[in-house]
Amino acid sequence: MNDTIQVNKLNAFIDQLTKTDLPFSKDIIAISDATIASNDFPTTRTEAWKYTRVGKISSIHGNDSELIIDKISDSHIIDANALTFVFENGELIQQFSNKEIPKGLDIKSISQASETELALIGKNVKLEKEVFNSLNTSYATDGIFVKIDDKIQLEQTIQIIHIVTGENTISNMRNLIQIGRFSEAKIIFGYFSSEATSSFTNVVTEIFVSENAKLTADKIQYESAGNFHVSTEQVAQEKNSNFSINTITLNGTLVRNNLNIEIDGSNCETHLNGVYLLKENQHVDNHTIVDHKAPHCESHELYKGVIDDKATAVFNGKVFVRKDSQKINAFQSNANVLLSDDASVNSKPELEIYADDVKCSHGSTTGQLNEEAVFYLRARGISKKSARHLMVSAFIEDVISKIKNEEVTNFTHSIIKEQFGWEF
Amino acid sequence: MIKISNLHASINGKEILKGLNLEVKAGEIHAIMGPNGAGKSTLASVLAGREEYEITEGSVDFDGQDLLELSTEDRAREGLFLAFQYPIEIPGVSNINFLRTSLNEIRDYKGEEQISAKDFLAKVKEKSALVELDSKLASRSVNEGFSGGEKKRNEIFQMAMLEPKLAILDETDSGLDIDALRIVANGVNKLKSDKNATIVITHYQRLLDYIIPDFVHVLYDGRIVKSGTKELALELEEKGYDWIKAEVEAH
Amino acid sequence: MGYTENELAKDLENQEYKFGFVTDIESDKAPNGLNEDIIRFISAKKNEPEWLLDHRLKAFATWKTMTEPSWAHVHYTKPNMQEICFYSAPKQTKKYESWDDVDPEMKETMKKLGISMEEQKRLTGVAVDFVMDSVSVATSFKSKLNELGIIFCSFSEAVQEHPELVRKHMGTVVPTSDNYYAALNSAVFTDGSFCYIPKGVRCPMELSTYFRINEGGTGQFERTLVVADEGSYVSYLEGCTAPQRDENQLHAAVVELIALENAEIKYSTVQNWYPGNKEGIGGIFNFVTKRGICERNAKISWTQVETGSAVTWKYPSCILKGDNSVGEFYSVAVTNNYQQADTGTKMIHLGKNTKSTIISKGISAGKSQNSYRGLVQIHKNATNARNFSQCDSLLMSDECGAHTFPYIECKNSSAKIEHEATTSKIGEDQIFYCQQRGIHIEKAISLIVNGYCKEVLNQLPMEFAVEAQKLLEISLEGSVG
Repeated sequence: MNDTIQVNKLNAFIDQLTKTDLPFSKDIIAISDATIASNDFPTTRTEAWKYTRVGKISSIHGNDSELIIDKISDSHIIDANALTFVFENGELIQQFSNKEIPKGLDIKSISQASETELALIGKNVKLEKEVFNSLNTSYATDGIFVKIDDKIQLEQTIQIIHIVTGENTISNMRNLIQIGRFSEAKIIFGYFSSEATSSFTNVVTEIFVSENAKLTADKIQYESAGNFHVSTEQVAQEKNSNFSINTITLNGTLVRNNLNIEIDGSNCETHLNGVYLLKENQHVDNHTIVDHKAPHCESHELYKGVIDDKATAVFNGKVFVRKDSQKINAFQSNANVLLSDDASVNSKPELEIYADDVKCSHGSTTGQLNEEAVFYLRARGISKKSARHLMVSAFIEDVISKIKNEEVTNFTHSIIKEQFGWEF
Repeated sequence: MIKISNLHASINGKEILKGLNLEVKAGEIHAIMGPNGAGKSTLASVLAGREEYEITEGSVDFDGQDLLELSTEDRAREGLFLAFQYPIEIPGVSNINFLRTSLNEIRDYKGEEQISAKDFLAKVKEKSALVELDSKLASRSVNEGFSGGEKKRNEIFQMAMLEPKLAILDETDSGLDIDALRIVANGVNKLKSDKNATIVITHYQRLLDYIIPDFVHVLYDGRIVKSGTKELALELEEKGYDWIKAEVEAH
Repeated sequence: MGYTENELAKDLENQEYKFGFVTDIESDKAPNGLNEDIIRFISAKKNEPEWLLDHRLKAFATWKTMTEPSWAHVHYTKPNMQEICFYSAPKQTKKYESWDDVDPEMKETMKKLGISMEEQKRLTGVAVDFVMDSVSVATSFKSKLNELGIIFCSFSEAVQEHPELVRKHMGTVVPTSDNYYAALNSAVFTDGSFCYIPKGVRCPMELSTYFRINEGGTGQFERTLVVADEGSYVSYLEGCTAPQRDENQLHAAVVELIALENAEIKYSTVQNWYPGNKEGIGGIFNFVTKRGICERNAKISWTQVETGSAVTWKYPSCILKGDNSVGEFYSVAVTNNYQQADTGTKMIHLGKNTKSTIISKGISAGKSQNSYRGLVQIHKNATNARNFSQCDSLLMSDECGAHTFPYIECKNSSAKIEHEATTSKIGEDQIFYCQQRGIHIEKAISLIVNGYCKEVLNQLPMEFAVEAQKLLEISLEGSVG
């Protein structure tokens, strides 16, 4: 290894940030501070960042951006019927957020929560050596606090919208979601930008799904080009629970998603679906970990991507099956289509299995559109361009069709049409 | 040949066989019929020695031996053959290699010499003709990529090769078209002698038009509740099982 | 009642290493440790030209700046380089005029290995270059090969007899700075094999080398260089065993294959180095760099059956440089007790219409850890590149691990890459089916495992395939009758 002394960019980076005043446990803050003090931004020599360079993030010089949103546009609302909370640059904007809260649900900004209520913050999320998680912890701005009581079937979908505005804005948004025993909920996360450039949004969301509970999450990332986004969802599932998440990445210069799911109890079901559509110089990196720590569970993972122009996609999916976690069925699949000669993809589906009575498999394919099929469509009078659009649409619709919320599906389709001109 | 007395068997704590009695003598063909869930396949599995099943009561005498004390392979070596309802695929292991291993292990058990390659191949040729099995299937992996009919014919082919004393055909007719059914039945009939016996487990009477049973038994709720001749099968085909249920419940 | 998996696992643990014996021959050893003097000693001992000594010293200088890699999924105490003896030659180094002159004890060793020369010569038509510790002691079939212009000799002999060929090709596929162990090997290698097939020649027999580590505490650093000139073909076999010892022995080999235009090299390995005992004491550390380069229309095919070594770190790779070139990797890796294997391949697609196939079958038993690690890299200009990978893992105990780490990097939109992997337990209904046909559980498992590995075993030359099947059986079959 090369141990020559280099300028630590992380030290310079934190100078522009304000330490968090949120009531997190002192121990957690101490661990984060220690990580920040003894590390730098990751380089491609770190295995988890082998294909993603974060140099541009480290050179952002942040300003104290003024909050500028005075009205909320339709293009930032995914589900008009949902219970909506809007954040700008990591801060809750009360005037655009719902005030009538259904029974059994406690929802507010993290800054309104007490230290006891925030006891789970940092419980599962890894802080040692994890620079972005530590930054988020020590310099957290604000975020959403959701706590659903036991035995509550929440009809209304919860919708959390984050909009980044201004130049060189750095937002560290921290969320805590707890679903009580035997309860059911649906949640949407939307990440957008408005008149923003060179901004950096760093989100950590900690999710706890209790015994027999069910949570479905839809996450849409649509920050405009020129902005950077790193987010981590740290999920813990108790026994008999069901968790599904659909991650849809449609824009952003550099997007890194860390989706870590720990399955701590038996008889759980987990679904992870992802779509990423890239063009120009975009770089999207999806890292997922499904950690089977208990027996009799199943997990299904399906990620599909279409990469055009000079864009690069990274997929790294890891499935762990721990010792004694018998009777696990885990499936993982990643498929990519490259539309241009300058596009590239790095796919790393991994299995680490320490139990024997399991059925695990993964597959990864990379290729181009089936030109035979394109030709067939053209022979039926469809233009080459439309034929390709049709094929791409069919390819990703496989994943999009897994989204249960129709509003989310429609919203996704409309953005894809606007961004890429692809019809469904 | 085989005498099953008061057999009780359960799986995962649930009792499936609840005191089953059956005696089959050499030279006989017995058909066991019954509605879904009556315990037909359980009986086949228990006799072959599947370990998931727990025998809680009863005994099985197989030609003077306590069958339940024998391991699965020793039961096979003593001449008990099960034609599987769902024959298992074993990728990479050729049918021929599989059969030769099987045949030689059985011979070894009986203190007989290994079969020579020449005799073995001659036997394969002869027996595969019996079930009209394409000789190419012999060199393919065991049951892999076989059609449903080919799998069932392969079971009968193996039975012909191993020449068991007692063959149990577990739903061998299910999913077969009429041609395949005829071939399978024809194979079974040709193998019949006064020294061996066959238990045919089936849901449908159709097979019994081709394999004529000496006795027909109705298995219901883990017990044999009615026995008769092949006319009973026709009656069941016509009237279904409800009248049997009613009869049992009336008792 | 039936034979349970736990009983099977126990039997596997008790399985003795069947190749554990020590040959008692006086060795000519260098003092332990590694420094420039040792390298000069080795070079002088072998009467090497100045350029080769320079090459070694440069490699040593590079090695000193490197650290041992730690990314593999293996855990072990790093060998202390100062405790290893880097040169050990059987004392009697004069070349044998005839087979009858060979030390009877050494003949006995070969016999135990099952490669008695007479038999080999007579029955199999395999030319064997036998490497015991570091010096090649016997080669056969030389005259027959000579007629065709094929050079097949020990590496040291090649350095003396064909220095221009060695100098031209050595280090062109695996540069000295490639990795820690390759650098170490480049500095201290003692012997190995060299093979050159002239233009348009199809080598009429399988070429075979048997490697064996004999002296305790010695590292084996052999080097193999195979050059297939334009339009030629060669099938090369390599078998490895080592006697049973308590300490860990280091084996860091380098194999370089060069397939020039239209040439084809088939390289098969059956590796059965001592895996350590059932408590995980002793055994070989097998840290090997194997790589081949394909020019236009050339093909390299690696086949390996790995049952031995305490720790294996090995990725036979293909650089598909020329257009239309083909790379293949077929592997069976069995781990048992405390063995750890991290093995796989790298397929680097540089040329157009290049094609690669990866078939990997892992079998883990006992408390072992078995990992597949593979890279498929499609470069920007590799138009119409194709890759298919299938990586399966079979689990035989609830205390072992099976892992799959594929890296797929694609920079060309016309590429087509397919990777599939499965991990599952050995099929209980398959075992039951065999048992119902009268087959004993042990035999049933051996049958199923052999079937599972069929695609790979089929790639081996006949006589090697039989040996490999036996090895699989030895590694996995219990001793219960």
